[in-house]
Amino acid sequence: MLHALELLWQNAPLLLDGLWATLGIAAAATFFSIIGGALLGMMRASWNNAIVQAAARAYLELFRVIPILVWLFVFFFAVPAASSLDISGTLAAVTVFSLWGASEMSDIVRGALKTIPQAQYDAGRAIGLSGAQLHLRVILPQAVRRMLPGAINLVTRIIKTTSLVVIVGVVDVVKRSQQIIERTKEPFVLYAFLLLLFFALCHPLSRLSRRLEKRFN
Amino acid sequence: MTTTANAPVLIDAACVTKFYDTRKALDNVSLAIHAKEVVVILGPSGCGKSTFLRCLNGLETVQAGSIRFHGRDLARPGTDWRPVRQRIGMVFQSYELFPHLSVRDNLLLGPVHVQKRPRAEALRQAEGLLERVGLADRLDSFPRQLSGGQKQRIAIVRALSMNPEVMLFDEVTAALDPEMVREVLDVILGLARNGMTMVIVTHEMGFARAVADRIVFMDEGRICETNTPVKFFTAPDTDRAKRFLSRFLY
Amino acid sequence: MPDIDFEFIVIHLPHYGRALLLTLALGLGAILGSLLVGLPGSLILHFRAPVLRRVVAAYVEFSRNTPLLAQLFFLYFGLPAVGIKWSGFTCALTGLTFLGGGYMIEALRAGIEAVGRPQIESALSIGLSRPQIARLVVLPQALASAVPALAANCIFLLKETSVVGIIAVADLMHLTQGLIGLYYKTTESLLLLVAGYVILIVPVSLLFSRLEKAVRRAEFG
Repeated sequence: MLHALELLWQNAPLLLDGLWATLGIAAAATFFSIIGGALLGMMRASWNNAIVQAAARAYLELFRVIPILVWLFVFFFAVPAASSLDISGTLAAVTVFSLWGASEMSDIVRGALKTIPQAQYDAGRAIGLSGAQLHLRVILPQAVRRMLPGAINLVTRIIKTTSLVVIVGVVDVVKRSQQIIERTKEPFVLYAFLLLLFFALCHPLSRLSRRLEKRFN
Repeated sequence: MTTTANAPVLIDAACVTKFYDTRKALDNVSLAIHAKEVVVILGPSGCGKSTFLRCLNGLETVQAGSIRFHGRDLARPGTDWRPVRQRIGMVFQSYELFPHLSVRDNLLLGPVHVQKRPRAEALRQAEGLLERVGLADRLDSFPRQLSGGQKQRIAIVRALSMNPEVMLFDEVTAALDPEMVREVLDVILGLARNGMTMVIVTHEMGFARAVADRIVFMDEGRICETNTPVKFFTAPDTDRAKRFLSRFLY
Repeated sequence: MPDIDFEFIVIHLPHYGRALLLTLALGLGAILGSLLVGLPGSLILHFRAPVLRRVVAAYVEFSRNTPLLAQLFFLYFGLPAVGIKWSGFTCALTGLTFLGGGYMIEALRAGIEAVGRPQIESALSIGLSRPQIARLVVLPQALASAVPALAANCIFLLKETSVVGIIAVADLMHLTQGLIGLYYKTTESLLLLVAGYVILIVPVSLLFSRLEKAVRRAEFG
């Protein structure tokens, strides 16, 4: 045990460096997911145009059917091959995770908007609120509360998914661990550390999400 | 209704006391229910009337007092409620039919799985009872296909098909649309005419007056007044009952 | 768009067929395994079995809050260092089952909890015993309301199989990575890969949406 801690302590700078890369990708993907998901979700909830709805559904299906890792491969290998654009692993990862995250987030946003009863819209109109006021002061505050648990849960999924970037050559916390294993031949300690590290990142968020969900019910 | 004061006591609750944490939900409630008697319990919401009813079916545990039924004290811990519940039927406010089962299977569940009666015989009885509540053609329906009033009538039949000696009704019309209340109350009235022993918790004052042999008025976990329906609704003995009744007048 | 080399595709079709079968076997095995973990696990949580409940709750938290990739690396590369050696396939199946079990426990537990207390009281009031209530009243309703979540978990697990290539299991991803490295036929390999997953997931997805519709009709009309 002591030996394991010492090993980790000695390699802390390398691991930290990898952790920043992991968190950076996760943070960027979260940012774009929320923005993209909010727009797409509102569009799906209120724009009753058959083509728009069909396009949105097709977009969601692409990510529901095909694994994220496959998409990562497509962006990392196929896009450069087809277009002479040189895409780094990091850029491919942020792009794919954002596109996937936005599709998931749009479901959360749409679901939350759908749970606001029509009577709330009617009541807002009845006291003379304009469309913008109605959404800003009545609908969104209620909807955001309902989105929070799902959105926080999505962040944990994005963090977990970020572990995949090692496969397209990004030097993240997994890659750093592997480099240390090459040198020290201590796979047990480092892989156990990785498990605990991801758990420490995701578990508090999961708990928060669950607590909020209970409170809002 | 019939006079029942001299009939033997079927359920004898004495000094029943129940706490929810530190709040006293039932405070020394004593009530003897005679065979073939119809007791209606009235009172404001939260007065403990539903809690008392649930105690008689073992859905709540009591901390003190006794509930005697056929020579046994049901209030004792370790009471085996299963045989008791076959003799004391209960109907709930929200019907609680089993949504995944047809009317037929809802009605056969108790007789076949609990009482181990032959299916054919139980089915014959169920059909007879459905006939009586005017739902003979609904045997193959699912609960979702029925109106609230129909569901509640089926729920009454489900309890009756166990051949209980006593029936408990817990605000059985409270969740119904007004136009469906009548069809359910008519069924209960019919049972009273046939001499079923019943304890009824309700907010329907007209119905209470029509069906009850005795009115029990509860407030804050206690029985405040026991009276005949005529006296209770015209000249109640207690001020609390007067105040309670005045809320139903415009 | 570069020209697509159809000959390459035809030559390697059998390889993809084999990898697809392996991925399918792994996915179905993981679904079965995680359901076998999920049912007792959810019952332990629901009935609040002493001690066991804490173990199950900790397991659920751990399996749901760590990435499959880290779980697989630990099983395949970490454990042999302390003397536990597994084949890649066993590791993959174990990892996927470990992951899926946590999700299945949650789905089933939520299903059980969706059956309200009044339903149980109503079953008690006609004298049904606890085991009868579980079998005749709670479980049928719990399973029905858990179907959407269970279906989502199954599809999730089938997709997660894509990660097992990292521990040298010859699945679709592993094959694709290998072919890209060997021949540089990126577009063709990826086309076959995407087709493989479409063939794998779409039928399952359609099947489940059928099932969900049937259950919803049966439950709510």
